[in-house]
Amino acid sequence: MLSAGTSVLAVDAAPNPWFDGSYVADNWDTIMGYLGEHVRLTVGAVLIGAAIALPLALVARRNRLLGAAVLSLSTVVYTIPSLAMFALIFPFTGLSATTVLVGLTAYSLVILVRNFLVGLQGVPDDVQEAARGMGYGAVRRFWQIELPLALPAFMAGLRIATVSTVALTTVGVLVGHGGLGQLITGGFNANFYRAEIVTGAVGCVLLALVADVLLAGVERLLTPWARAARA
Amino acid sequence: MTGFGDALRYLNDPLTWTRRGGVLELLGEHLAISAVAVLAAFVLAFPVGVALGSAGRGSGAVVVLSNVSRAVPTLALLTLFAVSPIGFGNRATTIALAVFAIPPILTNTFVGFRGVDADVREAARGMGMTRRQVIGRVELPLALPLVMTGVRTAAVQVVATAGLAALVGGGGLGRIVNLGFGQQDYGRIIAGAILIAALALLTELLLVLVTRLVTPGPRRGPLHRLRERTVAGQPEPTASGVPL
Repeated sequence: MLSAGTSVLAVDAAPNPWFDGSYVADNWDTIMGYLGEHVRLTVGAVLIGAAIALPLALVARRNRLLGAAVLSLSTVVYTIPSLAMFALIFPFTGLSATTVLVGLTAYSLVILVRNFLVGLQGVPDDVQEAARGMGYGAVRRFWQIELPLALPAFMAGLRIATVSTVALTTVGVLVGHGGLGQLITGGFNANFYRAEIVTGAVGCVLLALVADVLLAGVERLLTPWARAARA
Repeated sequence: MTGFGDALRYLNDPLTWTRRGGVLELLGEHLAISAVAVLAAFVLAFPVGVALGSAGRGSGAVVVLSNVSRAVPTLALLTLFAVSPIGFGNRATTIALAVFAIPPILTNTFVGFRGVDADVREAARGMGMTRRQVIGRVELPLALPLVMTGVRTAAVQVVATAGLAALVGGGGLGRIVNLGFGQQDYGRIIAGAILIAALALLTELLLVLVTRLVTPGPRRGPLHRLRERTVAGQPEPTASGVPL
């Protein structure tokens, strides 16, 4: 029975399908838990990133030197691999979700500040001039003139930042908080359990696409005039 | 911080670098995997990008590819190839990385060749150039800055992602970080992180310089390009800009 050549290891014989509905059904609560963490980390990182990026972009627009500094620094941050980023934050915040959140915020911040800056610079000078001539103050000019005109660039930035943050969150497995990424490495460590890995991977892609579609919808709602112009 | 001192001590030890399985060996492995992946991606993506861009067709498909590739986590792809029949190890890593290097090269090549002025193309044809000559002598020099941007993006991306391979049984510099986590050795984790970050930054810098050298014309350096693009307010047409 155990003659050489014909025998198979139990591992080889065991089925290891790429897709398995019963895995998803049996582990629904676990998957949802990881999905929740994934969403919380993504939303948190993009919101905090936006909250820091907007004032930064506003200041950088006024000061040419500062603008150049912000842009070149963002290129450098951008180039740092996520593995290195998380590993460098880890000594300060330990094996916590905070480590992942800080790293993700840094990435979303540099994506957003670029796009915010591009959007603000895209507001024509004569429009600004006209608004000033009509007696608009700085605050009112921002809300009623600059923000609506820069909105497409802002939303493009938010969409890119959100989609890449969803993908990047998986690297959080390094400190045990990778959202759906936990399924990917969890399946790898559980004797290459393909169904779990594919569930995590497909979940990430679906989450990114849903987020992108949602943000596209928000953009449509916020810019009704663009729709009117296209029609 | 305690870990940073340990990291310096670790990096300062010659044995760390030269012993078997040390930094130099891992660095060599890291660079070999990355180089093969980028080269393979270039061989596959460049001709397709030239053909599509030169004909001005298939922009929808290229945009979709570039957007979808942004949504796929690199870790997922590395893991999927590692558990496929290829088996985990450097071959699976290389294939996964090559797949990831295709979208930036393809998109940028496509955009570069499509952006060649129709009048210039027409003039070249009028001078009696063949289709091949037009592509090689007219379109390629004009598209070169963007092609190089694609290669640079892909290379930096691949060098960065290669570090993640260690999480799923691959080799390269990511091993140091992974081992550090396994042994709760802060110094090693930080040292590995510094090495990977430095390698990515050096790759970026090196390719910026190469781009400057190979690009004809005085005003076609990557820095000029960047400034023009930023001022024009155009969002980048590429799959670049995804940190890894």
